[in-house]
Amino acid sequence: MNNKKRIVIIGATSAMAEHCARLWAQGQSLDLTLVGRDAVRTERIAVDLRVRSPQSDIHIIQADFIDPANIQTTVDGIAMQGAVDIVLIAHGSLPEQTNCQNDLQMCSDALEINGISPVLFAEAFAKHMAKANHGTLVLIGSVAGDRGRKSNYIYGSAKGLVTRYAQGLQHRFSGTGVKVVLVKPGPTDTPMTAHLKTQGSKLASVEEVAQSIVDAVERGQLTVYAPKKWKLIMFIIQHLPNIIFHKLNI
Amino acid sequence: MRIVSSWGRLNAHPHHVIGLNDPTKVKSLVSGGHSGVAHGMGRSYGDVCLNPNGVLWFTTGLDHFISFDDNTGRLVCEAGVLLRDIQRLAIPRGWILPVTPGTQLVTVGGAIANDVHGKNHHFLGSFGDHVQRIKLIRTDGETIECGPQLQLNWFAATVGGLGLTGVIVEAEIQLRRIAGPWLDTETVPYANLDEFFRLADDSESGWEHTVSWIDCVSGNGGRGLFMRGNPTDIGQRMEPKSRKLAMPIVPPVSLVNRLSLRPFNAAYYNLKKSKKGRAIAHYESFFYPLDNLLEWNRMYGPKGFFQYQSVVPREVGQDAVQAMLKEIARSGDGSFLAVLKTFGNRHPVGMMSFPQPGVTLALDFPNNGERTLKLFESMDAIVREAGGRIYLAKDARMPRDLFEVGYPRLNEFLKYRDPGISSGLSRRLMGG
Repeated sequence: MNNKKRIVIIGATSAMAEHCARLWAQGQSLDLTLVGRDAVRTERIAVDLRVRSPQSDIHIIQADFIDPANIQTTVDGIAMQGAVDIVLIAHGSLPEQTNCQNDLQMCSDALEINGISPVLFAEAFAKHMAKANHGTLVLIGSVAGDRGRKSNYIYGSAKGLVTRYAQGLQHRFSGTGVKVVLVKPGPTDTPMTAHLKTQGSKLASVEEVAQSIVDAVERGQLTVYAPKKWKLIMFIIQHLPNIIFHKLNI
Repeated sequence: MRIVSSWGRLNAHPHHVIGLNDPTKVKSLVSGGHSGVAHGMGRSYGDVCLNPNGVLWFTTGLDHFISFDDNTGRLVCEAGVLLRDIQRLAIPRGWILPVTPGTQLVTVGGAIANDVHGKNHHFLGSFGDHVQRIKLIRTDGETIECGPQLQLNWFAATVGGLGLTGVIVEAEIQLRRIAGPWLDTETVPYANLDEFFRLADDSESGWEHTVSWIDCVSGNGGRGLFMRGNPTDIGQRMEPKSRKLAMPIVPPVSLVNRLSLRPFNAAYYNLKKSKKGRAIAHYESFFYPLDNLLEWNRMYGPKGFFQYQSVVPREVGQDAVQAMLKEIARSGDGSFLAVLKTFGNRHPVGMMSFPQPGVTLALDFPNNGERTLKLFESMDAIVREAGGRIYLAKDARMPRDLFEVGYPRLNEFLKYRDPGISSGLSRRLMGG
């Protein structure tokens, strides 16, 4: 094996993940594995990263994100190639809340892709990292996971699952060589949130959020809000008594 | 619907925004039956990038590099890639964009569609001179590849074609060898237009980059600062860390106004004059002095501002510029970001490209309604008389007859228009 930093990104076509990859590829050569559901879209990202970082080795893997057996095979296959330094699990999709309320299949799909699937990927990698006593596992939660709100609680509850899971994993690995970083982005300007922008919300730039993810990984910070202001906002929202909170239209 | 303004912030109309994020889906997204226009960073000043109450195809999601050859300097990328990202990729590897405008926060597609120019026009022409291939998707589903050696007519229509010939999705650009990120620069104060033209002529052969800031409100008019630069090889040194500030709010009135302008300009002139002479400058501060002040367009207040950029032939250039400065002085309004520059003696590739041999004057004016428009009418008369034209990327108001005489290849260009594409500017000046 070589001494290039080995990074694996699950959900590599997510704008946030892609911008993290661009930052990681800047000025260092990587052994980078991009895992995506759609091979053509993932290859487009790989081609771009190869231009940015010609000295890096960039591979793509097309994989199923739902079936536990497939997830296991994908992760075991990656782990077989050698120890991984960083795993970023970034996939997800922002469903329309009212659609989830009216269609249980949509509701189930949203819970699956935003909650269960990232947890299964993390759990599969955790086993290999535990054995190697090395590596950083990065999970993307959301400010939406901090307190259930009527406008967004299906997505929020899936992200809440990821948050609780990451806490448990951080507990399990405390004092070991394995680090678990939970990122909670606020609304970010990506294709996933294009419809929010229509409503006139001011969204954080994806470059900015990616930079705070990369910095948090560097520092091994347990939980990071991106941008930082959300830490304060969510502290307040989490502590509002129901009598006030239930009157808010958020 | 979403409110979208251009850089001049003159109006804020709702648009139906469609993000073109995946190149394989562009065809189906633009052939939806509603006419629209591509919109990148929205850095043009008027209505070339707008389509009030209509469709805008946002291209910033098309931000992927496709290939770069370190040996030849050939870059292929999607059209939403920012010039900033090209510079950051290429400069450490010994290559640079041959032509760049005064901001690097624009997309490749926008740079082609407006055939932008920079401080080195006399040396390397405009952006389109360095484009080797363009991939265009038409709203009828057709894909057209064009370049200087490939469907030249389509290429000439698309470079400077205001996005009206199809949606530019991909481009191939020839970059230029460079030793590093530094320039050897010189600032020379000048007292009047005679001195400006002498400096411009003297600098044409020895300096790749020339530009000047002109103080259009000082007593006799026409003093300014001439800046010139050449790339230089001074080896490795610490690059400055760029510090970004943002204009945090829109002030209730324009900060550039009759009261502030004189002291502003005098202070700027004297500050820069005190720093006259040679200096080593980093490319970002030399090419993009305003990029570190994010959202600076807000300083003109809630009504926004106009840019008035004209070019007039060199033979009548001095008289025309003098006459325009006189009109501005008479109006009592004035401009802070006033730029005077000579273009080289070369013709652009695009049918609708702005640069032509002569002298170009760019001025910004806070929007004071009728008063400002009146001033523009008197300046239009000077431009018309001089046989000049106005830059479409900056324009929000020129009369149609001035457009038609200024752009004599218009009828040839119209044959290449995509009937499914329409912008505020195309309806205002081309009737559709």
